[in-house]
Amino acid sequence: MSGTVKLRRNPATPPDERPALRRRGRSISEYAGRLVVGVLLVLGAVFALMPFAWLIRSSLMTQDQMFMVPLQWLPRPFVWSNFSGAMTSAPFLLYLGNTLQILFLVVPGMLISCSAAAFAFSRLQWRGRNALFVLLMTGMMLPYAVTLIPTFIGWQALGFVNTYIPLTLPAWFAAGGAFNIFMLRQFFLTIPRELDDAVYIDGGSPWTVYWRVILPLNKGPLILVAVFGTTWVWNDLLNPLIYLADPNKFTLSLGLAAFRGLYNSQWGYLMAASVLVISPLIVLFIFAQRYIVQGIAFTGVKG
Amino acid sequence: MKVSQQRWGMFFAAAAVIGFFVFTLLPMVASAVIGLTNWTIGTTPRFIGLDNFRAIAVDPLFWKSFRVTTTYAVFAVPGGLLVAFVTASLLNRVNRTRGFFRTVYYLPVLVPPVASAVIWLWIFNPDSGLLNAVLSALHLPTLLWVYGESTAVPSIALMTIWGFGNMTLIFLAALQGVSRDLYEAAECDGANPLRRMWHVTVPSISPVILFNLVTGMIAAFQIFDAAYVMTQGGPNNATLFYVYYLYRKAFTEAQLGYASALAWILFVVIVLITIVILRTSRGWVFYEGERR
Repeated sequence: MSGTVKLRRNPATPPDERPALRRRGRSISEYAGRLVVGVLLVLGAVFALMPFAWLIRSSLMTQDQMFMVPLQWLPRPFVWSNFSGAMTSAPFLLYLGNTLQILFLVVPGMLISCSAAAFAFSRLQWRGRNALFVLLMTGMMLPYAVTLIPTFIGWQALGFVNTYIPLTLPAWFAAGGAFNIFMLRQFFLTIPRELDDAVYIDGGSPWTVYWRVILPLNKGPLILVAVFGTTWVWNDLLNPLIYLADPNKFTLSLGLAAFRGLYNSQWGYLMAASVLVISPLIVLFIFAQRYIVQGIAFTGVKG
Repeated sequence: MKVSQQRWGMFFAAAAVIGFFVFTLLPMVASAVIGLTNWTIGTTPRFIGLDNFRAIAVDPLFWKSFRVTTTYAVFAVPGGLLVAFVTASLLNRVNRTRGFFRTVYYLPVLVPPVASAVIWLWIFNPDSGLLNAVLSALHLPTLLWVYGESTAVPSIALMTIWGFGNMTLIFLAALQGVSRDLYEAAECDGANPLRRMWHVTVPSISPVILFNLVTGMIAAFQIFDAAYVMTQGGPNNATLFYVYYLYRKAFTEAQLGYASALAWILFVVIVLITIVILRTSRGWVFYEGERR
């Protein structure tokens, strides 16, 4: 009986590890099974990590060593010249600064507009709420290609091409943020209504609920939205490509794409530049991992 | 309280609703209208009815790009689903190493598509790339990968599958929610692990498989970065992905009308694919509520 109680409390335990079975002792087939699982997991890890290993190896090699026959697996000696070479061939620090500038304009806008909308759609009663929510969510299915051309024409007519406004202003209106609204709403719905009621009884307004209750209780999900916003800006190629003409305004992704066009056989430079573009995101991930894992699990299952 | 909530509700939703009308609905309608004109940058647009669609119907590059994109989706989406499902099932069977492998599998997801394209271009290099190095070390024939007409699309699909970690996390969360009782019942009936997988695990998480399938398909039909960075649609248009073709029509050839018509066709195709998947899913997706 105690076995079943433990099971219920611990639903994450796989069936093969239940105490009742374990008592029987481990058979040979059980060990074989564990071995197969281990081998397959390692194979998956090799698939995931090999490109990183190849990237780092190549970024530390001279151009000559890279094309040697037979193939050289390790850099000998290690050279850092690809990094200085890439940095002097293209202004990657400038691209980094540009990307950060866009980030600082996009992420706060995304946080405010998406959390406010999610709040309206989850905690407030008003006419038109459900219809508007469904409308916003169906917008998620629309391919970006459909809005791309008219949006471009519009910004061009307003004279904002080759500025950061087309890349940043829409974020303040939750454009492209339907998924964030959906996710934040899911999180907001899990917070007890009694908290809202307590505020209203004390004479507070919905603003107090939003600012003093909902936002402070959802720091994790908000961090997740900030992380999604950051990766979105960092990764976006198409929008900077059509809106930015001046190379001094390029973002990291667009800068790397342009660099690949100019130095298409300088593999050492290209690998070093890729390392520069990737590493800030890896650092961000190390800090945000907890929230990312939680958030993806939450939306994927509940959605 | 109800009256004031009406006003507050509209206030809090205002930015997102305005954004939806200005940046989604208005461009959507505009795109449909532009699609019915012969607008080329620098000329005055003239209404030409369905002429763009008639021209597209006999445009060999349209059909080529449509075929190429479909082929890519057929390789990348089921391939990614399979790898993610298998890795998630494996992760669900280990305890101590789960966190480590989960992090490792997620790392490729963090690589920006442009960087990923640059790295894989070098991995695919026929002379000094990683894959041909491995193949020749194993005394197998080498391939042209993304540089070969027949191997280019599967190669790009392989690059996409490399980012399987995102789907793995979603599957893993779903697997952890599968009821213990079902496994016990299946075990009592003498079902072996494979049968348990097929008759308990797969039906139990089928809504999540459906979610991943639909979102994966929608994303696959909109691939752009790989073509722009790696191949420019080559060799011989073998990787002329739909959105890349549309981009070229709109922003290199300045044919805004034609490109808008292309965009609407893509929209209809995506809606149709989603409907077909949802329709057929009734036979294989089981929701918790229905089972009782």
